[in-house]
Amino acid sequence: MRAILSVFRKEFRENLRDRRTLISALVFGPLFGPLLFGAALSLSIERGTSEADKQVTLAVAHAERAPNLLTHLRQYRVKVESVAYDDAAAREAVKEHRKHLVLMVTDDFSSRFQASQPAQLLLYVDSSDANNSKEVSRIRTLLNQYGSLLARLRVMTRGIDPLVLSPIVIHDVDVSTPASRSVLTLGTLSYLMLLTMLMGGMYLAIDATAGERERGSLEPLLTVPVRREHLIYGKILATCAFMTLSLSLTVSAFATVLQFAGLERFGMSVNFGPSVALAVIVLCLPLVPLGAALMTIVAAFTRSYREAQTYLGLVLLVPTLPLVFASVLGLRPTAGLMTVPSLSQHFLITSLLRDEPIPGSFLALSVGVTLAVGAVLVFIAGRLYHREALLG
Amino acid sequence: MIEANNLQKHFGRVTAVRDVSFRAEDGRITGLLGPNGAGKSTTLRILYTVIAPETGDASIDGISVVGQPLEARRRMGVLPHNAGIYPHLSARENISYFGALHGLGRKERESRTVELISLLEMEEFADRTAKGFSQGQRVKTALARALIHRPRNVLLDEPTNGLDVMAVRGLRRLLARLRDEGHCVLFSSHVMQEVGALCDDVVVIAHGTVVASGTPQELRTQTGEDNLEDAFVRLIGTGEGLS
Repeated sequence: MRAILSVFRKEFRENLRDRRTLISALVFGPLFGPLLFGAALSLSIERGTSEADKQVTLAVAHAERAPNLLTHLRQYRVKVESVAYDDAAAREAVKEHRKHLVLMVTDDFSSRFQASQPAQLLLYVDSSDANNSKEVSRIRTLLNQYGSLLARLRVMTRGIDPLVLSPIVIHDVDVSTPASRSVLTLGTLSYLMLLTMLMGGMYLAIDATAGERERGSLEPLLTVPVRREHLIYGKILATCAFMTLSLSLTVSAFATVLQFAGLERFGMSVNFGPSVALAVIVLCLPLVPLGAALMTIVAAFTRSYREAQTYLGLVLLVPTLPLVFASVLGLRPTAGLMTVPSLSQHFLITSLLRDEPIPGSFLALSVGVTLAVGAVLVFIAGRLYHREALLG
Repeated sequence: MIEANNLQKHFGRVTAVRDVSFRAEDGRITGLLGPNGAGKSTTLRILYTVIAPETGDASIDGISVVGQPLEARRRMGVLPHNAGIYPHLSARENISYFGALHGLGRKERESRTVELISLLEMEEFADRTAKGFSQGQRVKTALARALIHRPRNVLLDEPTNGLDVMAVRGLRRLLARLRDEGHCVLFSSHVMQEVGALCDDVVVIAHGTVVASGTPQELRTQTGEDNLEDAFVRLIGTGEGLS
């Protein structure tokens, strides 16, 4: 036990002095992941919400001829700006982009309206200007909406069921509901956390075998009167410590970034305060020894530092596989899936962030199975350190 | 005292050590001499318990390296071939780390480290991180690390590799001093001058087996050659791989 601690202390101190390890474990992953994530998120939120919510300014000529119409428009966040244009001035204003669009109420609007005849509105637009096509279609929709509202009222006053005006009805089935969007987003979130956590320990895991061998320090190390598995346990412990550091930093960074990203506008109620962040870290902890041992085992089979880096790059993808399956197959948390390390953490984190209740049995299964698999892998790593082929 | 009995080891289809038996006494420097690829390193690796022999056994102060490897390791200090040190630790930390792994308490390993730093004249670079060390400084650090637990037996695999003349002379002085203190010193080399200058006993290995052993004088008498190099060539049957 004392030897394990000696190895742990030395590995920890040595890697704290290694700029590459430090940057990859404590700077790159924990900072860049959340920052990129936050930037991408606020950008997509921006795009998703800007058009629907933005106030549209509409220049209206002769607004006094249709006061009810303008009231209707104002209800839907249209800012009406009265202008004194005639036909030529309206054309000119739109053509020169002084106004995005101009609505002209014709002089016989009121009289035709009262005679229940189609009353004319002129909408001046520049269809070659793609920038305001959304604005145009929104105004057009609002105008149509107003028209059909009036039509219903008219048939109703004539004693006819307004439903006859709607022979068909189209319902949009938008697959990308806010809920599903949040599943995808939160999936990415937990994936990035797990990835960063693994990255934090990668260089230590490589160092434990391939690195020591390449420097020629492995053979002297094996001549000390310490059981070989204890040497590797100490190294795995140091790897775990770095992974935990990395994980804590990442989760904190995510918590901070998400405060500013404004997820709730996306229809996601994400609660990611300090206590939830702490819970996320605790949920991920059982995965730490598993990841550390897995990386150590893979590194033990490689012949050089470079080769180890290549293979561990692939190993980093392993925890993503269950996550990919989950999102492709639309898996929901079940007791069976809680026995899959990394997937169970993903589900638990997602549930936590969405403020859903987590069954105690799920929690127990996730923690128990993950720790058990980790223990087996740590044991295997210890056995591998006994191989003579380790010396290369 | 180190004793090897009928050691044998294969790597795949290559027989590295066919049949090696010898004895290295306390208070003497024993040289393992042989051309490249003769099996010197494999023999030493078996002795310092990094690999296990297929047949045969060896003992350190009577303790079997096969049966009680941990106990055997306590009794030897090892300088493997091209031994590396940790680049982000200082020389002092490198040495002290091995003290901890040998179970020395903090006080003891600190004072012992100070002692070794002065013995090996390492004061100048003792507290620098090892990253930019010269080969000589690296070997000194690795050597101090091997001696941290005052081992009775010292095993060195090609210790003079890459050292300049001054460093080699320093190493020779150290080994002589260890011998005079009653240690059993075993080192391998393929350099004649070194073995001639330093060894009390010589074990000549060729093709994975011991072809002769004895004092340098005995080897010369045995082969009827005046000079050790000629004696050696005669013993291994070829001059290949010597320098």
